[in-house]
Amino acid sequence: MYRSGLLLAAVAASLGLAAPAFAQSTATTVYMPALLELSGSGAVSGTNFRDGMILAVEEINAKGGILGKKIDMPLLDTQSEAGIARSQVQKVLDNKPYIVLGPVFSGSVLTAMTLTQQAEIPELVGGEAAAITQKNNPYVFRTSFGQQFSMPKIANYMRDGVKAKTVSVLWVNNDFGKGGRDSFVKEMASRNIKVVADVSTEAGQADFSADVVKIKAANADAIFVYLNEEESARFLREAKKQGITTPLIGETTLLGQKVIDLAQGAANGVKGHVGLTVDAPIPAVKAFAERFKKRFNYVCDHNGIKGYTGIYFIKYVTEKIGKFDSKLFAETAHGITITPKQEPNILMEATWDKNGDIDRESFLGEVVDGKQKIVQVLPKLGK
Amino acid sequence: MASLIQLLVSGLATGAIYALIAVGFTLLWQTSQTINFAQGEFVMLPAFFILAAMNWGAPFWLACLIGIALSIAFVGLVFKLIVVDPMLKHGVLPLVISTIALSLFLKEAVKDAYSSQAQPFPALVPSTDIHIFGAVISTQSVAVLAVAIATVVALNLLLNKTRLGRCMQATAQNPTLARILGIPVQRMVLYTFLINAVLVAIASILISPIYLAKFTNGETLGMAAFVAAIIGGFNQVRGAILGGIILGILDNLSAAYLSSQYRGAFPLIILIAVILLRPQGLLGRIEERTV
Repeated sequence: MYRSGLLLAAVAASLGLAAPAFAQSTATTVYMPALLELSGSGAVSGTNFRDGMILAVEEINAKGGILGKKIDMPLLDTQSEAGIARSQVQKVLDNKPYIVLGPVFSGSVLTAMTLTQQAEIPELVGGEAAAITQKNNPYVFRTSFGQQFSMPKIANYMRDGVKAKTVSVLWVNNDFGKGGRDSFVKEMASRNIKVVADVSTEAGQADFSADVVKIKAANADAIFVYLNEEESARFLREAKKQGITTPLIGETTLLGQKVIDLAQGAANGVKGHVGLTVDAPIPAVKAFAERFKKRFNYVCDHNGIKGYTGIYFIKYVTEKIGKFDSKLFAETAHGITITPKQEPNILMEATWDKNGDIDRESFLGEVVDGKQKIVQVLPKLGK
Repeated sequence: MASLIQLLVSGLATGAIYALIAVGFTLLWQTSQTINFAQGEFVMLPAFFILAAMNWGAPFWLACLIGIALSIAFVGLVFKLIVVDPMLKHGVLPLVISTIALSLFLKEAVKDAYSSQAQPFPALVPSTDIHIFGAVISTQSVAVLAVAIATVVALNLLLNKTRLGRCMQATAQNPTLARILGIPVQRMVLYTFLINAVLVAIASILISPIYLAKFTNGETLGMAAFVAAIIGGFNQVRGAILGGIILGILDNLSAAYLSSQYRGAFPLIILIAVILLRPQGLLGRIEERTV
């Protein structure tokens, strides 16, 4: 009987069924798997997010980890596919993670987060679709603004900065783009700005010539562009090719350094709202940007900051509760404000509300000579 | 009217690139019954050869020549010797499966060796505008169109006006008879693979500034060229050219005037219509077999 029990345990362990159930409470490491867009159309976002997290994990582990435990962060590639993201979340949940990190694409987040909610495991996501935090899920936490936070800021800029009376909207037809488009159109209506062209594009779309012709024909005062990184660059190149002179306004992605590099000069003159940027006039952010560049040999975009500060958010909350308790983490993190004085590597004061939405300062920027230039710092919405 | 002209020029430019790729499809099919599902990846690959050469310090024009040479070596010669020759004797289906496997291998290899992220790729000419009847036409579109047309004309001259080209056509039409007439059939087949390699390399140079160089580019391009070849006629070079141009223009016009959401569906509707009403393709010829 004893021998057959041992045999059963050995078989179970070899299948990965037995040991992980106790891994969190007995191991010297804390298991926090990251599911990211390491290939496919979200690769730019996913790799930046990954590298930001890696930098934070290396720093924390070098100093002894969180509560004496080193962070174990295996990386899984969702290939930018929601279905794959969901199956990978299911897989990692079997190993009882403390927290699940990622994904970044909103569609993948929306598909995967029901599983983490059922398992009562907090999930730290990079997605910006408004719907993510509107589903009464107490286990989902953002690392950047949701669209319901960023779109009012961009709408104010359209009205007060650009002084637009009419606007064209170009958006990517996925959860991220549709959510952003809906929020933006709503904000435009409340400010009496007329949307004269509403053009949807496909994720991964390569040829934007027809879309640019359509938008050009609409002759709006401004064009709002809400696409993923690579599509943003392709659009900007086509817009330049077709001689568009109307102000191109974006939200964070359009002014990201990767987009600027890919667009090769076509991004100059682009303006917009930037939630996070390494060009922010904040010494801690600049110091982080230098560490990141030294470690990975490229300039990180906002996703790198999201990944980095996200890990320090986990560290701060965990040390505050004094133990690795996923449920207690979720309860404590709602309503928490972390200042750089309390945790220097949070970089900027940030508050997570009861829905898991984040609020912090943001910026208005412009692309000048192939570089993002910050022209104004905007206060937290809650201030 | 101005918008229509812009859309037509842009559609023609894209269509001409599809045509180059589709012509490669038809050449391989005619001479060796190879349906190459790695054709899209063959277009993706030379862009990375060129970027690698530029990283080593080569100027763009030299990098393009290196890219074309490496394309001839790998997607022409090596592809034929290592994949096609051993598989062809087992029939069309094993070869098709082999090319599907090759496409996956190339895609993943480029991702691992270079990057999963898109890379900027230099355009052939600087971006300036030409104004025609109120339409703003980009010099880049004109350059793409000009290079693609020049390539197709050169290919037609080679196939129809030279002894080599006639030998290749004879091989494509009846290899047994060609062999009796003393034509070195195997060498002719090899030449078509090398020509296909040059075509895909040129297509790569033309399309990469628009698409950006990325390991996934082959998926869209391969499918577009395959559909173009079927619409035009899989057994006719001029059919593939027509199919490519129809596809490029249709894509642009449907996205602008019908629905950008459903733009991907329109080429497939045309494809279904062609298969139902004219299965040999718009310019293809009916092939009959005795069983």
